[in-house]
Amino acid sequence: MRRRQISPLMLIGLTIFTLLWLVPIFSALYTAVRTQGDLTANGFFSLPRELKLTENFMTAWSTGKINVYLKNSFIITVPALIGMLGLSSLAAFALARYKFRGNLLIYFMFVVGTMLPYQILMIPVFYLTQQVGLYDQYGAVIAIHVAFQLGFCTFVLRNFMRTVPGEILEAARMDGAGEFRLYYQIMMPLSLPALAALGTLEFTWIFNDYLWAIVLFKDANKYPATAGVNALKGQFITDWPILIAGSLIATIPTVFVFTFLQRYFIQGLTLGSGK
Amino acid sequence: MARLFSDNMFKNAFLNNLKWLAFFLLVPTVMGLAMAMIFNNKFPGNRVFKMAFFAPLVISPVVVAKIWEAMYRPDTGLINSVLNTITGIPIKDLPGWMADPNLVLWCIIVAAAWRQVGYVMILYLAGLKSLDSTLLEAATVDGANRWQQFWNVIFPLLGPVTVVVLVISVIDSLRAFELVAITTNGQPGGASQVIANYMYIEAFNNYNMGYASATAVVLLGIMLVFIIPYLIRTARTELEY
Repeated sequence: MRRRQISPLMLIGLTIFTLLWLVPIFSALYTAVRTQGDLTANGFFSLPRELKLTENFMTAWSTGKINVYLKNSFIITVPALIGMLGLSSLAAFALARYKFRGNLLIYFMFVVGTMLPYQILMIPVFYLTQQVGLYDQYGAVIAIHVAFQLGFCTFVLRNFMRTVPGEILEAARMDGAGEFRLYYQIMMPLSLPALAALGTLEFTWIFNDYLWAIVLFKDANKYPATAGVNALKGQFITDWPILIAGSLIATIPTVFVFTFLQRYFIQGLTLGSGK
Repeated sequence: MARLFSDNMFKNAFLNNLKWLAFFLLVPTVMGLAMAMIFNNKFPGNRVFKMAFFAPLVISPVVVAKIWEAMYRPDTGLINSVLNTITGIPIKDLPGWMADPNLVLWCIIVAAAWRQVGYVMILYLAGLKSLDSTLLEAATVDGANRWQQFWNVIFPLLGPVTVVVLVISVIDSLRAFELVAITTNGQPGGASQVIANYMYIEAFNNYNMGYASATAVVLLGIMLVFIIPYLIRTARTELEY
């Protein structure tokens, strides 16, 4: 679609609206460098009597154990990402490229899986992990992420792989390549854009998960950053500057990924919207 | 099951989910579409502005909850401080926001919508990018003004995107959990309870696993009412290949 210029007046309006939209973020940054005593005594809308540019962040990082929680987030997210992309690309390859009975049925199972409210799985998964002895282990949380996100990833990759011209695969077959070789030497490299988009999006989603962490971990020392941020409440009850500082540290990895991989993130979202 | 339907707390949560859903179908959809129409124009700083609206999307709901909770605080929060400064009304006469049973749910929904608008905007922007501009040019030649172009050409062409946006709004409103669990846990007196959080409390705080499972089944049922028509549609297009 053709793009027009907009009027200067509209640009000014948009600037004001955008700044208003960002107020929650500014307010969080401003809160994180104050002290609770100062907030209570003088209210939010006051010049800070004392600035704590780094102290609150330091306290949240070490005393609040955000350092431990962030490490846990990576322990969960990285293996889950690898497992998820590996398994879903295999499933997607089969669904996109082979004719077999029940192909569409299986594909629809994946599509429906992406739409379910995952909370309904809370209780069965909780019991399942207890039965198989995975309760309170990283493995349980990693496994449920892989399992639950398979639906979305398979759906996106399958539709992407269908767009690859069949002649390429045929030519490789003529040259005597086996089916598995077709997958990892031809299909995977060709699917890199989709894999990158999915990887970025899924990193953010898994990193931001809260429900599975609180359902499947008993030991707070294993919490990822999301559950950890909430656990700060127990330690710093209403010390908002420290609570907010901890929250801000916990978002650094996803904000970092988003800043540098924004294009992929947005591609992932639009790929997944049923194109 | 029978106990569930006579349970006031559940009824409350169910109604709250419906309010959430109604708000999500309307407000973020309209706002997201409006923002997408604006960002589809050329202007300096377009990318930076866009990022401001995407940003809330990558921040985890837990952190979004914390940030808004701090803003809503009646005594030291940003909102009442600003109101107090502008209007001069003393803090104790200003709304209690999350402490007020009539306001608490809307406080949470607004925070949730803050994340949602960027998402809707992304989807509409992608739709606008892939629009066929020949139709628009034809409308322009026929003398349609910008408003007519939007209503009679652009909006109908974006139909498929709108369907996706509405489906996502339904799913996300029924999945609502973190924002409630972190800020109020359904308090005061269940005024801000939602089904998913009620299920969690029943299962893991009160150990009524059977009761919580019944809640899960009802939640699934509500979801199916909304997504089955959409799935049938998708299935039809898929089988045409």
